[in-house]
Amino acid sequence: MFKWLHPLAKPETVYHLCGRLYPWLMLLAVTLLLLGNIWGLAFTPPDYQQGDSYRIIHIHVPSAIMSMGTYSAMAIAAFIALVWQVKVAQWSVLAIAPIGAVYTAIALITGMAWGKPMWGTWWVWDARLTSELILLFLYLGVIALSGAFSDRQTGAKASSLLAVVGVINLPIIHFSVEWWNTLHQGASITKFAKPSIDPSMLWPLLISILAFKVLMLALLCLRLRTAILQHEQHRPWVKALAGAV
Amino acid sequence: MVKLGVFIQRELRLLARQKADWLNPVLFFIIVLCLFPLGVGPEPNLLRLMAPGIVWIAALLSVLLAAERLFKDDYRNGVIEQLVAARQPLLSFVLAKLVTNWLSTGLPLVLLSPLVALLLNLETPAFVALLLTLLLGTPLLSLLSVLGAALTVSADKGGILLALLILPLYIPLLIFASAAMEAATMALPYHGQLAIMLAMLLFALALVPLAVLSALKLNVS
Repeated sequence: MFKWLHPLAKPETVYHLCGRLYPWLMLLAVTLLLLGNIWGLAFTPPDYQQGDSYRIIHIHVPSAIMSMGTYSAMAIAAFIALVWQVKVAQWSVLAIAPIGAVYTAIALITGMAWGKPMWGTWWVWDARLTSELILLFLYLGVIALSGAFSDRQTGAKASSLLAVVGVINLPIIHFSVEWWNTLHQGASITKFAKPSIDPSMLWPLLISILAFKVLMLALLCLRLRTAILQHEQHRPWVKALAGAV
Repeated sequence: MVKLGVFIQRELRLLARQKADWLNPVLFFIIVLCLFPLGVGPEPNLLRLMAPGIVWIAALLSVLLAAERLFKDDYRNGVIEQLVAARQPLLSFVLAKLVTNWLSTGLPLVLLSPLVALLLNLETPAFVALLLTLLLGTPLLSLLSVLGAALTVSADKGGILLALLILPLYIPLLIFASAAMEAATMALPYHGQLAIMLAMLLFALALVPLAVLSALKLNVS
Protein backbone atom coordinates (compact mmCIF):
# COMPACT_ATOMS: atom_id res chain seq x y z
CA MET A 1 0.00 0.00 0.00
CA PHE A 2 2.91 2.31 0.77
CA LYS A 3 4.24 1.75 -2.73
CA TRP A 4 0.93 3.00 -4.01
CA LEU A 5 0.70 5.92 -1.60
CA HIS A 6 4.29 7.03 -1.80
CA PRO A 7 4.04 9.13 -5.00
CA LEU A 8 1.31 11.12 -3.30
CA ALA A 9 3.91 12.68 -0.99
CA LYS A 10 5.35 14.51 -3.98
CA PRO A 11 3.64 17.89 -4.44
CA GLU A 12 3.93 17.84 -8.22
CA THR A 13 2.07 14.52 -8.52
CA VAL A 14 -0.67 15.71 -6.21
CA TYR A 15 -0.99 18.95 -8.14
CA HIS A 16 -1.62 17.16 -11.40
CA LEU A 17 -3.87 14.54 -9.78
CA CYS A 18 -6.03 17.28 -8.24
CA GLY A 19 -6.11 19.08 -11.57
CA ARG A 20 -7.41 15.97 -13.30
CA LEU A 21 -9.95 15.15 -10.60
CA TYR A 22 -11.30 18.66 -10.05
CA PRO A 23 -13.53 19.11 -13.15
CA TRP A 24 -15.15 15.69 -12.71
CA LEU A 25 -15.72 16.14 -9.00
CA MET A 26 -17.14 19.62 -9.50
CA LEU A 27 -19.46 18.43 -12.30
CA LEU A 28 -20.67 15.54 -10.13
CA ALA A 29 -21.10 17.84 -7.11
CA VAL A 30 -23.17 20.40 -9.03
CA THR A 31 -25.33 17.70 -10.63
CA LEU A 32 -25.99 15.95 -7.33
CA LEU A 33 -26.56 19.24 -5.55
CA LEU A 34 -29.13 20.38 -8.10
CA LEU A 35 -30.80 16.96 -8.16
CA GLY A 36 -30.93 16.47 -4.40
CA ASN A 37 -31.91 20.01 -3.50
CA ILE A 38 -34.53 20.55 -6.20
CA TRP A 39 -36.06 17.15 -5.46
CA GLY A 40 -35.88 17.75 -1.74
CA LEU A 41 -37.03 21.36 -1.72
CA ALA A 42 -39.76 21.17 -4.35
CA PHE A 43 -40.98 17.63 -4.96
CA THR A 44 -41.08 15.84 -1.60
CA PRO A 45 -44.34 15.65 0.33
CA PRO A 46 -44.67 18.07 3.29
CA ASP A 47 -44.14 16.70 6.77
CA TYR A 48 -47.31 15.83 8.70
CA GLN A 49 -46.14 17.83 11.69
CA GLN A 50 -43.69 20.42 10.46
CA GLY A 51 -45.34 21.24 7.13
CA ASP A 52 -43.04 22.72 4.55
CA SER A 53 -40.45 24.12 6.92
CA TYR A 54 -38.77 20.76 7.41
CA ARG A 55 -37.41 21.03 3.85
CA ILE A 56 -34.40 22.88 5.19
CA ILE A 57 -33.25 19.43 6.32
CA HIS A 58 -31.83 18.93 2.84
CA ILE A 59 -29.26 21.63 3.54
CA HIS A 60 -29.01 21.47 7.32
CA VAL A 61 -28.30 17.77 7.77
CA PRO A 62 -25.72 17.41 4.94
CA SER A 63 -23.78 20.44 6.12
CA ALA A 64 -23.92 19.28 9.74
CA ILE A 65 -22.68 15.82 8.80
CA MET A 66 -19.94 17.33 6.67
CA SER A 67 -18.92 19.78 9.39
CA MET A 68 -17.84 16.77 11.42
CA GLY A 69 -16.73 14.67 8.44
CA THR A 70 -14.51 17.48 7.21
CA TYR A 71 -13.00 17.80 10.66
CA SER A 72 -12.13 14.11 10.72
CA ALA A 73 -10.58 14.41 7.27
CA MET A 74 -8.58 17.39 8.48
CA ALA A 75 -7.49 15.56 11.62
CA ILE A 76 -6.37 12.52 9.62
CA ALA A 77 -4.37 14.77 7.30
CA ALA A 78 -2.92 16.51 10.36
CA PHE A 79 -1.95 13.19 11.91
CA ILE A 80 -0.20 12.12 8.69
CA ALA A 81 1.51 15.51 8.57
CA LEU A 82 2.81 15.16 12.13
CA VAL A 83 3.84 11.52 12.06
CA TRP A 84 5.36 11.19 8.59
CA GLN A 85 6.17 14.88 8.05
CA VAL A 86 4.41 14.88 4.68
CA LYS A 87 4.27 18.45 3.46
CA VAL A 88 1.26 17.93 1.19
CA ALA A 89 -0.66 16.69 4.23
CA GLN A 90 0.22 19.88 6.14
CA TRP A 91 -1.02 22.06 3.32
CA SER A 92 -4.18 20.04 2.98
CA VAL A 93 -4.96 20.71 6.66
CA LEU A 94 -4.95 24.41 5.87
CA ALA A 95 -6.84 23.78 2.63
CA ILE A 96 -9.60 21.83 4.40
CA ALA A 97 -10.07 24.09 7.44
CA PRO A 98 -11.99 26.96 5.74
CA ILE A 99 -14.25 24.50 3.90
CA GLY A 100 -15.15 22.86 7.19
CA ALA A 101 -15.65 26.22 8.87
CA VAL A 102 -18.12 27.25 6.15
CA TYR A 103 -20.01 23.96 6.43
CA THR A 104 -20.22 24.42 10.19
CA ALA A 105 -21.47 27.98 9.75
CA ILE A 106 -24.10 26.79 7.22
CA ALA A 107 -25.23 24.08 9.63
CA LEU A 108 -25.54 26.61 12.47
CA ILE A 109 -27.36 29.24 10.40
CA THR A 110 -29.84 26.81 8.78
CA GLY A 111 -30.33 25.22 12.19
CA MET A 112 -31.21 28.61 13.65
CA ALA A 113 -33.60 29.31 10.80
CA TRP A 114 -35.22 25.92 11.39
CA GLY A 115 -35.34 26.39 15.13
CA LYS A 116 -37.27 29.65 14.95
CA PRO A 117 -40.55 28.20 13.56
CA MET A 118 -40.21 24.82 15.33
CA TRP A 119 -38.89 25.66 18.78
CA GLY A 120 -39.94 29.31 18.78
CA THR A 121 -36.41 30.56 19.30
CA TRP A 122 -33.33 31.21 17.22
CA TRP A 123 -30.92 29.79 19.71
CA VAL A 124 -30.99 27.58 22.78
CA TRP A 125 -27.97 26.60 24.84
CA ASP A 126 -28.55 23.02 24.04
CA ALA A 127 -25.82 20.39 23.97
CA ARG A 128 -25.74 19.87 20.23
CA LEU A 129 -25.95 23.53 19.30
CA THR A 130 -23.26 24.45 21.78
CA SER A 131 -20.91 21.69 20.69
CA GLU A 132 -21.38 22.61 17.03
CA LEU A 133 -20.51 26.19 17.95
CA ILE A 134 -17.37 24.91 19.68
CA LEU A 135 -16.52 23.07 16.48
CA LEU A 136 -16.72 26.37 14.60
CA PHE A 137 -14.35 27.94 17.14
CA LEU A 138 -11.96 25.01 16.69
CA TYR A 139 -11.92 25.56 12.93
CA LEU A 140 -11.35 29.28 13.45
CA GLY A 141 -8.53 28.49 15.88
CA VAL A 142 -6.83 26.23 13.33
CA ILE A 143 -7.15 28.92 10.65
CA ALA A 144 -5.96 31.72 12.95
CA LEU A 145 -3.01 29.73 14.27
CA SER A 146 -1.71 29.01 10.77
CA GLY A 147 -1.57 32.73 10.03
CA ALA A 148 0.09 33.77 13.28
CA PHE A 149 3.65 32.78 12.49
CA SER A 150 6.13 34.62 10.32
CA ASP A 151 7.29 31.21 9.11
CA ARG A 152 4.49 29.53 7.17
CA GLN A 153 5.88 26.05 7.76
CA THR A 154 5.74 26.46 11.54
CA GLY A 155 2.17 27.73 11.24
CA ALA A 156 1.12 24.71 9.22
CA LYS A 157 2.67 22.33 11.75
CA ALA A 158 1.14 24.12 14.73
CA SER A 159 -2.28 24.01 13.06
CA SER A 160 -1.89 20.28 12.45
CA LEU A 161 -1.12 19.72 16.11
CA LEU A 162 -4.15 21.74 17.18
CA ALA A 163 -6.37 19.86 14.71
CA VAL A 164 -5.29 16.54 16.24
CA VAL A 165 -5.88 17.79 19.80
CA GLY A 166 -9.33 19.07 18.83
CA VAL A 167 -10.46 15.61 17.70
CA ILE A 168 -11.47 15.08 21.32
CA ASN A 169 -14.49 17.22 20.56
CA LEU A 170 -15.90 15.08 17.73
CA PRO A 171 -17.36 12.26 19.84
CA ILE A 172 -18.80 14.87 22.20
CA ILE A 173 -20.69 16.50 19.32
CA HIS A 174 -21.75 13.24 17.77
CA PHE A 175 -23.14 11.70 20.93
CA SER A 176 -24.35 14.90 22.56
CA VAL A 177 -27.94 14.18 21.50
CA GLU A 178 -27.77 10.77 23.15
CA TRP A 179 -25.87 11.69 26.30
CA TRP A 180 -27.90 14.72 27.25
CA ASN A 181 -31.63 15.19 27.08
CA THR A 182 -31.86 18.09 24.74
CA LEU A 183 -34.22 19.94 22.50
CA HIS A 184 -32.41 18.81 19.38
CA GLN A 185 -33.77 15.54 18.04
CA GLY A 186 -31.71 12.37 17.70
CA ALA A 187 -30.30 11.11 14.44
CA SER A 188 -32.89 10.09 11.83
CA ILE A 189 -30.51 8.12 9.67
CA THR A 190 -28.17 5.50 11.04
CA LYS A 191 -26.16 2.85 9.30
CA PHE A 192 -27.49 -0.08 11.25
CA ALA A 193 -31.10 0.62 12.10
CA LYS A 194 -33.99 1.23 9.78
CA PRO A 195 -34.14 5.00 9.22
CA SER A 196 -36.95 6.79 11.02
CA ILE A 197 -37.62 8.94 7.99
CA ASP A 198 -39.91 8.20 5.06
CA PRO A 199 -38.16 6.91 1.88
CA SER A 200 -39.67 9.77 -0.17
CA MET A 201 -37.73 12.22 2.00
CA LEU A 202 -34.74 9.95 2.60
CA TRP A 203 -33.56 9.65 -0.99
CA PRO A 204 -33.17 13.36 -1.76
CA LEU A 205 -31.51 13.74 1.63
CA LEU A 206 -28.99 11.01 0.88
CA ILE A 207 -28.28 12.56 -2.52
CA SER A 208 -27.75 15.94 -0.88
CA ILE A 209 -25.35 14.41 1.66
CA LEU A 210 -23.39 12.81 -1.15
CA ALA A 211 -23.42 16.10 -3.05
CA PHE A 212 -21.96 17.98 -0.07
CA LYS A 213 -19.29 15.31 0.28
CA VAL A 214 -18.26 15.48 -3.36
CA LEU A 215 -18.35 19.27 -3.23
CA MET A 216 -15.95 19.17 -0.29
CA LEU A 217 -13.55 16.98 -2.26
CA ALA A 218 -13.81 19.24 -5.31
CA LEU A 219 -13.12 22.36 -3.27
CA LEU A 220 -10.27 20.57 -1.53
CA CYS A 221 -8.69 19.77 -4.90
CA LEU A 222 -8.98 23.39 -5.94
CA ARG A 223 -7.60 24.80 -2.69
CA LEU A 224 -4.83 22.22 -2.41
CA ARG A 225 -3.66 23.04 -5.94
CA THR A 226 -3.44 26.70 -5.03
CA ALA A 227 -1.63 25.91 -1.78
CA ILE A 228 0.89 23.69 -3.57
CA LEU A 229 1.61 26.41 -6.12
CA GLN A 230 2.04 28.99 -3.37
CA HIS A 231 4.43 26.89 -1.33
CA GLU A 232 6.40 25.52 -4.26
CA GLN A 233 6.62 28.71 -6.26
CA HIS A 234 10.42 28.66 -6.33
CA ARG A 235 10.65 25.07 -7.54
CA PRO A 236 11.65 24.43 -11.15
CA TRP A 237 8.49 22.50 -12.02
CA VAL A 238 6.27 25.40 -11.00
CA LYS A 239 8.42 27.82 -12.99
CA ALA A 240 8.24 25.52 -15.99
CA LEU A 241 4.47 25.35 -15.55
CA ALA A 242 4.20 29.13 -15.33
CA GLY A 243 6.46 29.53 -18.35
CA ALA A 244 4.39 27.07 -20.36
CA VAL A 245 1.14 28.92 -19.75
CA MET B 1 13.98 12.08 37.06
CA VAL B 2 16.74 13.98 38.85
CA LYS B 3 16.42 16.53 36.04
CA LEU B 4 12.78 17.12 36.93
CA GLY B 5 13.78 18.28 40.43
CA VAL B 6 16.38 20.62 38.98
CA PHE B 7 13.91 22.11 36.54
CA ILE B 8 11.23 22.56 39.21
CA GLN B 9 13.77 24.31 41.45
CA ARG B 10 14.70 26.63 38.61
CA GLU B 11 11.06 27.46 37.85
CA LEU B 12 10.29 28.11 41.51
CA ARG B 13 13.30 30.36 41.83
CA LEU B 14 12.18 32.31 38.76
CA LEU B 15 8.68 32.64 40.21
CA ALA B 16 10.07 33.84 43.52
CA ARG B 17 12.00 36.56 41.69
CA GLN B 18 9.21 37.61 39.35
CA LYS B 19 6.33 37.83 41.77
CA ALA B 20 4.14 39.77 39.34
CA ASP B 21 3.92 36.70 37.09
CA TRP B 22 1.81 34.78 39.57
CA LEU B 23 0.46 37.55 41.79
CA ASN B 24 -1.22 39.46 38.97
CA PRO B 25 -3.43 36.56 37.77
CA VAL B 26 -4.53 35.92 41.36
CA LEU B 27 -5.38 39.59 41.88
CA PHE B 28 -7.15 39.58 38.54
CA PHE B 29 -9.24 36.57 39.68
CA ILE B 30 -10.37 38.43 42.80
CA ILE B 31 -11.11 41.62 40.87
CA VAL B 32 -13.24 39.79 38.28
CA LEU B 33 -15.14 38.11 41.12
CA CYS B 34 -15.78 41.50 42.71
CA LEU B 35 -17.02 42.96 39.43
CA PHE B 36 -19.91 40.51 39.14
CA PRO B 37 -21.81 41.59 42.28
CA LEU B 38 -21.33 45.19 41.15
CA GLY B 39 -22.51 44.38 37.64
CA VAL B 40 -25.53 42.17 38.28
CA GLY B 41 -26.50 43.60 41.66
CA PRO B 42 -25.70 42.41 45.19
CA GLU B 43 -28.80 40.18 45.60
CA PRO B 44 -27.49 37.17 47.66
CA ASN B 45 -29.80 34.60 46.04
CA LEU B 46 -28.90 35.74 42.54
CA LEU B 47 -25.20 35.56 43.37
CA ARG B 48 -25.59 32.08 44.82
CA LEU B 49 -27.27 30.96 41.59
CA MET B 50 -24.61 32.51 39.39
CA ALA B 51 -21.63 31.50 41.53
CA PRO B 52 -20.61 28.34 39.60
CA GLY B 53 -20.35 30.16 36.30
CA ILE B 54 -18.72 33.25 37.78
CA VAL B 55 -16.01 31.35 39.63
CA TRP B 56 -15.11 29.13 36.71
CA ILE B 57 -15.03 31.91 34.14
CA ALA B 58 -12.87 34.05 36.43
CA ALA B 59 -10.57 31.06 37.00
CA LEU B 60 -10.20 30.49 33.26
CA LEU B 61 -9.43 34.13 32.55
CA SER B 62 -6.79 34.34 35.26
CA VAL B 63 -5.13 31.12 34.10
CA LEU B 64 -5.10 32.45 30.52
CA LEU B 65 -3.48 35.65 31.77
CA ALA B 66 -0.67 33.65 33.37
CA ALA B 67 -0.30 31.30 30.41
CA GLU B 68 0.73 33.92 27.93
CA ARG B 69 4.10 34.51 29.57
CA LEU B 70 4.71 30.87 30.39
CA PHE B 71 7.27 30.04 27.70
CA LYS B 72 7.90 33.53 26.30
CA ASP B 73 11.02 34.39 28.33
CA ASP B 74 12.54 30.94 27.92
CA TYR B 75 11.91 31.21 24.19
CA ARG B 76 13.35 34.72 23.84
CA ASN B 77 16.54 34.06 25.78
CA GLY B 78 17.08 30.78 23.98
CA VAL B 79 16.65 28.31 26.86
CA ILE B 80 14.22 26.16 24.91
CA GLU B 81 16.43 26.17 21.85
CA GLN B 82 19.43 25.15 23.92
CA LEU B 83 17.49 22.34 25.56
CA VAL B 84 16.40 20.99 22.18
CA ALA B 85 19.87 21.40 20.68
CA ALA B 86 21.63 19.82 23.67
CA ARG B 87 19.32 16.80 23.56
CA GLN B 88 18.32 17.42 27.14
CA PRO B 89 15.16 15.65 28.30
CA LEU B 90 12.65 18.26 27.24
CA LEU B 91 9.87 16.23 28.84
CA SER B 92 11.23 16.98 32.32
CA PHE B 93 11.23 20.67 31.44
CA VAL B 94 7.61 20.44 30.27
CA LEU B 95 6.55 18.54 33.40
CA ALA B 96 8.33 21.08 35.61
CA LYS B 97 6.50 23.87 33.78
CA LEU B 98 3.20 22.08 34.36
CA VAL B 99 3.83 21.50 38.06
CA THR B 100 4.99 25.03 38.75
CA ASN B 101 2.23 26.52 36.62
CA TRP B 102 -0.34 24.70 38.71
CA LEU B 103 1.43 25.66 41.95
CA SER B 104 1.51 29.32 40.95
CA THR B 105 -1.94 29.73 39.35
CA GLY B 106 -4.14 26.73 40.25
CA LEU B 107 -3.23 26.28 43.88
CA PRO B 108 -3.82 29.95 44.83
CA LEU B 109 -7.34 29.65 43.42
CA VAL B 110 -7.96 26.56 45.54
CA LEU B 111 -6.60 28.36 48.59
CA LEU B 112 -8.75 31.38 47.83
CA SER B 113 -11.95 29.35 47.55
CA PRO B 114 -13.07 30.06 51.17
CA LEU B 115 -12.87 33.78 50.35
CA VAL B 116 -14.85 33.17 47.14
CA ALA B 117 -17.50 31.30 49.12
CA LEU B 118 -17.76 34.28 51.48
CA LEU B 119 -17.99 36.81 48.67
CA LEU B 120 -20.69 34.90 46.78
CA ASN B 121 -22.76 33.75 49.79
CA LEU B 122 -22.11 30.05 49.17
CA GLU B 123 -23.35 27.57 51.74
CA THR B 124 -21.18 24.71 53.00
CA PRO B 125 -22.21 21.99 50.49
CA ALA B 126 -21.68 24.34 47.57
CA PHE B 127 -18.34 25.41 49.03
CA VAL B 128 -17.21 21.78 49.32
CA ALA B 129 -18.22 21.23 45.69
CA LEU B 130 -16.35 24.37 44.67
CA LEU B 131 -13.23 23.15 46.46
CA LEU B 132 -13.43 19.70 44.87
CA THR B 133 -14.08 20.96 41.35
CA LEU B 134 -11.24 23.48 41.67
CA LEU B 135 -8.89 20.74 42.91
CA LEU B 136 -9.76 18.54 39.92
CA GLY B 137 -10.24 21.27 37.35
CA THR B 138 -7.30 23.62 37.85
CA PRO B 139 -4.66 20.97 36.93
CA LEU B 140 -6.61 20.39 33.71
CA LEU B 141 -6.68 24.15 33.14
CA SER B 142 -2.91 24.24 33.62
CA LEU B 143 -2.44 21.40 31.14
CA LEU B 144 -4.54 23.10 28.47
CA SER B 145 -2.99 26.51 28.96
CA VAL B 146 0.53 25.08 28.86
CA LEU B 147 -0.41 23.44 25.56
CA GLY B 148 -1.78 26.72 24.20
CA ALA B 149 1.31 28.63 25.37
CA ALA B 150 3.61 26.07 23.76
CA LEU B 151 1.73 26.22 20.44
CA THR B 152 1.86 30.01 20.24
CA VAL B 153 5.30 30.62 21.74
CA SER B 154 6.86 31.90 18.52
CA ALA B 155 3.63 33.40 17.12
CA ASP B 156 3.55 37.13 16.47
CA LYS B 157 0.15 37.78 18.04
CA GLY B 158 0.09 35.34 20.91
CA GLY B 159 -2.41 36.78 23.39
CA ILE B 160 -5.77 36.71 21.66
CA LEU B 161 -4.83 33.63 19.70
CA LEU B 162 -4.13 31.73 22.92
CA ALA B 163 -7.66 32.47 24.12
CA LEU B 164 -9.14 31.35 20.79
CA LEU B 165 -7.25 28.04 20.94
CA ILE B 166 -7.87 27.20 24.56
CA LEU B 167 -11.48 28.29 25.08
CA PRO B 168 -13.09 25.58 22.90
CA LEU B 169 -11.08 22.87 24.65
CA TYR B 170 -12.00 24.28 28.02
CA ILE B 171 -15.78 24.26 27.50
CA PRO B 172 -16.39 20.60 28.52
CA LEU B 173 -14.61 21.27 31.82
CA LEU B 174 -16.70 24.40 32.36
CA ILE B 175 -19.92 22.45 31.72
CA PHE B 176 -19.14 19.63 34.14
CA ALA B 177 -17.67 21.85 36.86
CA SER B 178 -20.66 24.16 36.96
CA ALA B 179 -23.04 21.19 36.72
CA ALA B 180 -21.36 19.68 39.80
CA MET B 181 -21.65 22.93 41.73
CA GLU B 182 -25.25 23.40 40.64
CA ALA B 183 -26.11 19.89 41.83
CA ALA B 184 -24.39 20.63 45.13
CA THR B 185 -26.42 23.79 45.72
CA MET B 186 -29.60 21.73 45.21
CA ALA B 187 -28.28 19.01 47.61
CA LEU B 188 -28.12 16.43 44.80
CA PRO B 189 -25.25 13.93 44.39
CA TYR B 190 -22.50 15.12 42.06
CA HIS B 191 -20.07 12.21 42.07
CA GLY B 192 -20.77 11.57 38.40
CA GLN B 193 -19.57 15.00 37.31
CA LEU B 194 -16.50 14.72 39.54
CA ALA B 195 -15.69 11.31 38.06
CA ILE B 196 -15.91 12.69 34.53
CA MET B 197 -13.68 15.61 35.50
CA LEU B 198 -11.15 13.19 36.98
CA ALA B 199 -11.31 11.09 33.80
CA MET B 200 -10.69 14.17 31.65
CA LEU B 201 -7.78 15.16 33.90
CA LEU B 202 -6.13 11.73 33.72
CA PHE B 203 -6.63 11.53 29.96
CA ALA B 204 -5.12 14.96 29.48
CA LEU B 205 -2.29 14.18 31.90
CA ALA B 206 -1.32 11.19 29.78
CA LEU B 207 -1.43 12.91 26.37
CA VAL B 208 -1.01 16.68 26.76
CA PRO B 209 2.69 16.61 27.82
CA LEU B 210 3.52 14.82 24.57
CA ALA B 211 1.59 17.38 22.55
CA VAL B 212 3.37 20.19 24.42
CA LEU B 213 6.68 18.54 23.64
CA SER B 214 6.09 18.43 19.90
CA ALA B 215 4.61 21.95 19.95
CA LEU B 216 7.81 23.30 21.55
CA LYS B 217 9.98 21.38 19.09
CA LEU B 218 8.19 22.70 16.04
CA ASN B 219 8.44 26.24 17.38
CA VAL B 220 12.23 26.17 17.62
CA SER B 221 13.06 24.22 14.50
